[in-house]
Amino acid sequence: MNILCAGLNHRTAHLDVRERFAVRENEMQELLVRLRSIEGVSGAVMLSTCNRVELYASSLCPLRALDGFRAILSERAGLEAPLYHHVTPQAVRHLFRVASGLDSMVIGETEILGQVKKAYSMASDAGSATRPLHKLFQHAFRVAKSVRTETQITSGPTSVGSVAVELAGKIFGSLEDRRVMILGAGEISERTARSLQSRGVRSVIVSNRTYERAAELAAEIGGMALHFDHWEKSFADIDILISSTNAPHAILTPEKLTPLLRLRRGAPLFVIDLAVPRDADPSINEMEGVFLYDIDSLEQIASQSLDIRRQEVTRCESLIDQHVGGFLSWMRSIHSPDPHHLGRSA
Amino acid sequence: MERIALLAATLFYLFSFGHTLYALGAGRFQPGRFNFIAMALGAFAQGWYLSLRGAAEHACPIGNLSETLIFLSWSISLIYLVIGATYRLSLMGAFTAPLVLILQIVALLLPDRVSVSFFRPNPWVETHAALSLVGYGAFGLAAVAGFMFLVQEGQLKSRRPSPIFHHLPPINILSEATLRLLWVGFLLLSLSFASGLLAHLAVAGGKFLFSILIWLLYAAILFGAKNGTLSGRRFAWASSLAFLLALILLPVIEHLSGRA
Repeated sequence: MNILCAGLNHRTAHLDVRERFAVRENEMQELLVRLRSIEGVSGAVMLSTCNRVELYASSLCPLRALDGFRAILSERAGLEAPLYHHVTPQAVRHLFRVASGLDSMVIGETEILGQVKKAYSMASDAGSATRPLHKLFQHAFRVAKSVRTETQITSGPTSVGSVAVELAGKIFGSLEDRRVMILGAGEISERTARSLQSRGVRSVIVSNRTYERAAELAAEIGGMALHFDHWEKSFADIDILISSTNAPHAILTPEKLTPLLRLRRGAPLFVIDLAVPRDADPSINEMEGVFLYDIDSLEQIASQSLDIRRQEVTRCESLIDQHVGGFLSWMRSIHSPDPHHLGRSA
Repeated sequence: MERIALLAATLFYLFSFGHTLYALGAGRFQPGRFNFIAMALGAFAQGWYLSLRGAAEHACPIGNLSETLIFLSWSISLIYLVIGATYRLSLMGAFTAPLVLILQIVALLLPDRVSVSFFRPNPWVETHAALSLVGYGAFGLAAVAGFMFLVQEGQLKSRRPSPIFHHLPPINILSEATLRLLWVGFLLLSLSFASGLLAHLAVAGGKFLFSILIWLLYAAILFGAKNGTLSGRRFAWASSLAFLLALILLPVIEHLSGRA
């Protein structure tokens, strides 16, 4: 028995192509039935995400299975499928790398593991996963967990929005009751605020020199608009300030913040300064309870995290190699004759 | 047997500390399970030692400075095991292990003689002493949480956080943990004073003065935290330095109690 992996991903196919081959959830069951009807295919698990469409199949004749898969995909999409393929042991290694996030566009991202689990669960429910595939996927989940806990492959955030979210989390813990104020309704501020909302922030105040723009953004993100002249009045109640005004000079200075901070009774304030030129005087970071991050420092952290992840790849690969060895031993054991059985037969 | 229990406890704490250092050095920031088990075994061994001493002395085993430090170290470990399991404060064990280990090693190095003057069969005296030491244990762990706050705050202020930053708890959570632990310690210390009064212990003299000084210091810190004058960094520094002062004064109090 062999394991075949065949598919296309973000490295081999452009988004225009990938979207033609993507399989929707409601089409999955029917596709799995068709895949199992390919000659030599005993079991199939189909993984379809925005970055990849992949088949994992247990087959006695992998190349015939590959041809069958190519034909089905090409017929569905109406164009020739540019497939790569691997057979045991590379197919096993490939799945372990995919589940661990090593094959993802952003190395170490963890969303893929949930997607792999879902693909496996759908195949199991459809009765399409055979014993080697059950074992393979369960092993892949263990590998992903081990890679995640024993290395720093998931370490740190990798975009400005996620850096802001992580920093806010490291200051406040839960973000659910936190209040955010956006000063200057720019696009990056909006994205950052949305990232924070995705982590539970419910209250957002938007203040802009043009009130209409503030009202428009507030309506879009479910916040509240505030006249620019009044932003200081709400200062005592906010936890996170995202600033990106077009002011030619700093609007957040120690002189301005000192009396405002007194009203906060020591509560920490996270200032995200996305403006160029900067809205915040860098010296406010020295004030107690104020944590100032400008666009450069946010980008630096994102790039630092990616560097750490890249450095960890070798360690992850070596862990994965060990697990591939373990899985192959199991495969050999199910195919070798049982000595007890032979003994009884003799 | 007592010596074996004590050495076993030291080895478990040493293992916990060493494993944490190794894990952090290797870039693995989740030494939780091993650390937790080693700390639990260390606390068990200390508890075993203390029960043997208690049985031998027919009293709470805090008859000299060595025993007192072991009791204090045991209290810190136990409170950590409860807090660690309840609040899952990541890396707290990594910061608690060295403190517990240092107290344990100092206790091992001190002469192990028992002061006869202390042992009067009065349960209120023992309750007084035991409560105050468990209270100090809570203060010790508050100091650990405060120190962790200072490390994490330093990381946040630096704007170039090192890998440990991602694994330390949020500063707000550390601040809350510090506050709760200080309240626990303060209430236990207050109850200890109450039981001291019931035991008719002297409310004068150097020992009483030093003890009341520490109680007042923690009361001031808690008052400052409540009215907002002592928050964030200053609160963390205060909780850490107050425990350091309490540790420095502990031998003095022990000496004045006639137990050193």
